[in-house]
Amino acid sequence: MNPVPATGLLSLSWLLIALPLAGAAVLLLGGRRTDRWGHLLAITTVTASFVLAVLSTVTLAGLDERSVGVDLFTFISTGQLDVSAGLLVDPLSMTFALLITGVGALIHVYSVGYMAHDPARRRFFAYLNLFVAAMLLLVLGNSFVALYVGWEGVGLASYLLIAFWYTRPAAATAAKKAFIMNRVGDVGLALAIFIMFTQLGTTSYAGVLGSVGLLAGGTVTAIGLLLLLGACGKSGQFPLQAWLPDAMEGPTPVSALIHAATMVTAGVYLIARSAPVFDAAPAAQTVVVVIGAVTIMIGAIAGCAYDDIKKVLAWSTVSQIGYMFLAVGLGPIGYAAGIAHLLTHGFFKAGLFLGAGSVMHGMGDRTDMRRFGGLATKMKTTFVTFGLGYLALIGFPFLSGYWTKDAIIEAAFDRGGVSGWVLGGVAVLGAGLTAFYMTRLMLMTFFGKPRWEDGVHPHESPAVMTLPMVVLAVGSVAAGFVLVQVAPLADWLAPVFGEPEEAAAHVVPPLVVSVLVTVVVAAGALVAWLAVGRRPVPTTAPAQVSFPVRAARNALYADAVNEAVFMRPGMRLTRAAVLVDDRGVDGLVTGIGTGLGSSSTRLGRAQTGFVRSYALGMLGGAVLVAGALLAVTAG
Amino acid sequence: MIEAPDLSLAALTPLLFVFGAALVGVLVESFAPRHVRQPVQVALALVGTVGGFASTVFLALADGADPGEVTAAGALAVDGAGLFLQATIAGLGALSILLFAERGLDPAKSAFVASAAVPAGSPRDRELLTDERVQTEVYPLATFAIGGMMLFVAANDLLVMFIALEVLSLPLYLICGLARRRRLLSQEAAVKYFLLGAFASAFFLYGLALVYGATGTIRLSGIRASVTTEGTGTLLVLGLGLLVVGLMFKASVAPFHTWTPDVYQGAPTPVTAFMAACTKVAAFGAVLRLLYVAFGTADWTWRPLVYGIAIVSMVVGVVLGLTQTDVKRMLAYSSIAHAGFLLTGVLGLAGSGLSATLFYLLAYGLTTIGAFAVVTLVRDGDGEATQLAQWAGLARRSPLTAGVMTFLLLALAGIPLTSGFTGKFAVFRAATEVGAWPLVVVALVTSAVAGYFYLRLVVLMYFSEPAEDGPSVGVPGLPTTIVLAVTVTATLVLGVVPGSVLDLADRAAALVG
Repeated sequence: MNPVPATGLLSLSWLLIALPLAGAAVLLLGGRRTDRWGHLLAITTVTASFVLAVLSTVTLAGLDERSVGVDLFTFISTGQLDVSAGLLVDPLSMTFALLITGVGALIHVYSVGYMAHDPARRRFFAYLNLFVAAMLLLVLGNSFVALYVGWEGVGLASYLLIAFWYTRPAAATAAKKAFIMNRVGDVGLALAIFIMFTQLGTTSYAGVLGSVGLLAGGTVTAIGLLLLLGACGKSGQFPLQAWLPDAMEGPTPVSALIHAATMVTAGVYLIARSAPVFDAAPAAQTVVVVIGAVTIMIGAIAGCAYDDIKKVLAWSTVSQIGYMFLAVGLGPIGYAAGIAHLLTHGFFKAGLFLGAGSVMHGMGDRTDMRRFGGLATKMKTTFVTFGLGYLALIGFPFLSGYWTKDAIIEAAFDRGGVSGWVLGGVAVLGAGLTAFYMTRLMLMTFFGKPRWEDGVHPHESPAVMTLPMVVLAVGSVAAGFVLVQVAPLADWLAPVFGEPEEAAAHVVPPLVVSVLVTVVVAAGALVAWLAVGRRPVPTTAPAQVSFPVRAARNALYADAVNEAVFMRPGMRLTRAAVLVDDRGVDGLVTGIGTGLGSSSTRLGRAQTGFVRSYALGMLGGAVLVAGALLAVTAG
Repeated sequence: MIEAPDLSLAALTPLLFVFGAALVGVLVESFAPRHVRQPVQVALALVGTVGGFASTVFLALADGADPGEVTAAGALAVDGAGLFLQATIAGLGALSILLFAERGLDPAKSAFVASAAVPAGSPRDRELLTDERVQTEVYPLATFAIGGMMLFVAANDLLVMFIALEVLSLPLYLICGLARRRRLLSQEAAVKYFLLGAFASAFFLYGLALVYGATGTIRLSGIRASVTTEGTGTLLVLGLGLLVVGLMFKASVAPFHTWTPDVYQGAPTPVTAFMAACTKVAAFGAVLRLLYVAFGTADWTWRPLVYGIAIVSMVVGVVLGLTQTDVKRMLAYSSIAHAGFLLTGVLGLAGSGLSATLFYLLAYGLTTIGAFAVVTLVRDGDGEATQLAQWAGLARRSPLTAGVMTFLLLALAGIPLTSGFTGKFAVFRAATEVGAWPLVVVALVTSAVAGYFYLRLVVLMYFSEPAEDGPSVGVPGLPTTIVLAVTVTATLVLGVVPGSVLDLADRAAALVG
């Protein structure tokens, strides 16, 4: 299906990206002159984008053909290669644009308060604007190459923002870890794009997704798996999940916007956008589902054991994105459900992070929940908004999470067969664990006796921070109902994913699923209350614990695995390189450096020695070359 | 009766321009009074290179022009690819000459030594260190080297190729040793480069002899005909191997790269920029001609070889680049890695592989000259501050310089919207077309790792506290400013709207022989 050319307001869609980009450019190039009004400019540009996105969505909804292309310019055009830059405005991309600009604008406002005392506030807003622009390019681009450019852009912005407090070694390390693990995923995405080029000669969505049927089955599966690798890197899914919790070293608004609501869901977008590829590659689809299910469990288990409020929320994000992967991996019955959960998750998780930021703000930047407690009375607005986000996340009946998570669990059971039961079971169990760790977090933070360190005086945050939290709390309560019952997202997304099809017969009746999930959730919350709420919480984590707890505290040893598989060999390689370099190359140069002052004899000796060994190296190379050529010719 | 060889003067204009300027330069050096030499030599060298550039462009684009001619009794090929490479070399050469001519940065007003023959460290040498006298032989020497490079990429016969190789190499050996500061390091670089270069030339010459012995001709087209009709024998294949070794040395491809870091570090930075950009273009031009024209019909012999050394070069460049503590050495290892990326393009088909390689050479040349130009700006009392640690916190001292360097490093790393991305994209695509999947995977992985060491410098410039007695950033004079403006603009333009240049490279991708 080729998009129709844009007219009227929609032909201005490029402004959505250009506005925040211009904001970032002004802030970065303007230097200190923009210190006083820079944050206001940043908020204005993002808000303007949001308004434009709303107007565009309304316009789009009024069209018959809801897939509109905006041609920008020809990026590469030669005989065999044709890449033109353009935007694709359709229900899916506009849904994301609304989420990004809407939540983005709120978090910009919140950051004014949160970063008020940071000397580098202007730089922070510049990066934030840059992120919004790149993320919009990612979702609005009309080809996989445009997506890739945005993909790298959000990676860069994320790197810069995680390392924003670069003087903290932990922040610098976390940024590096995020960057490297993302690169692993990016290689997959890049390879997928290359395959599309060689096989189809195009990467535009219209071109690729329309001609999936022309490709050999193996090729489609390969493209699907490589896209999935990219998605796993960006979205913190198994086996590339370890960077996301570490990324919490960044300022909290960043965690809320990038590492909860938007960027980390780019993987879900990628898979949903490539739906025809995955529909044609059942093997790849199965892998998506498995990864989703595995990640749900990893995230939920690790979330139970951490004491750092932001890390618990981060593991919760990992686990919730697992739900979204599970949904989009289920195929046509799951796409809309996955996107719906992505949206409601955007609301309540962003709200929870902002709430956590507010708590940290009041507690002097502490994140250890063992030193919180009894904050409900001290920070009323935060408590109420956070509480609503908490209820929405665990799936309290009729709040957002209830609608969207139940839809995914139903879809998982509807897959049928043994796999349907396993996936559904995992999803239900995940919901119970979610209830456990979130209740534990609530109890440790807001209830019980205060366990504050000396000199901490909790206080409510200023209105500029609480206001966005209130807006997001309203979203957390209502979004699910609206998206599932009032104006079903599945209908709105029908031009992209096809008309929503009702499963002929549910394997498990929806009512039973709802009741079951609610009971499991209640059980999880109860266990949490029994474990944490009834007894005083020790201010240091008990050391004598059983193996499961230890494993969970170590995030199921993902880091250890990474270390053994990637880092140690990598470090050994580097060390070997250093050794070779020290002995061979560097030694000589340092020798020369000192030789400049004193010892020309030594220099002379070193010099001849090394030219000889260089020449020997060349000779060895020449022998290899000749040998290889002869071997090829003879063989 | 002796027949005069056919000689198309029109087709030779670019070479005549450059060599003419170089010869006049020698005369100027001998007869002009000392105080006018510098401006006259700079002007001459620029006239030669810019004239050479303009005439190649004219030859390629003029109405009724038919690039695809063999002239000078069959010794020279004037074809699309040759003209593209000649224009690239002449253009990059002109930029390098501008860097040579910079007088605003060093307190002694030149990056070159006042008198190269004085023993380093002697009292006279110390006296000359601050003398504002300038060595102006460097301009005709560089012009000769540029002429040699332009001849190198147009050579249609192995003997002319060898002569061009020497014409381009000898002046380079000399000007490597002309640094005003750190003279021992510079002289050592020159001697090392000379010795190893001579060694590599010998390989080339021996290969030439073997190929002649096997086929009875040194003409590339003749070799092609012989390969096609009589197949490849041991002698011919050995000859090919040795020729490749000689050329790979110049292109600083691992495992023939060992000279590169030392020479890049020791040579005066403008010369390093010149070598990194122009020599690379010239050497790859010759590689393309040798492999595609002479051995194009027996590509199954050299494909596995190029495959292998591409991997070695990428891995060696990237892995050793990780641990460098000197900016110039780091860029040297980056140059080795880029040679590997370029070889992935060479592996492509004669059409798309050739055009991708041409584009990559242009993009890489421009970016790398820009990067070395930034290196000339960062100085302390002892000349250029090339230790990585000295660059810590540079963004605080000079946000503009750090910004420019960051942009160029991102281009070298191949981040989208820079020319580096477009170039990598083109060569990787060419390699995937011939099914060289594993190679592209290695290339993607190594470019990811390479991203790390470029990023390391970026992080250092932005996120580290500046050292107390750190270097200062010099205010560039007009020449360096022009170079930076041109290279940064080109890197951006080739990244954002590369269409027309890619198209040009595509149309130029033809070799005659």
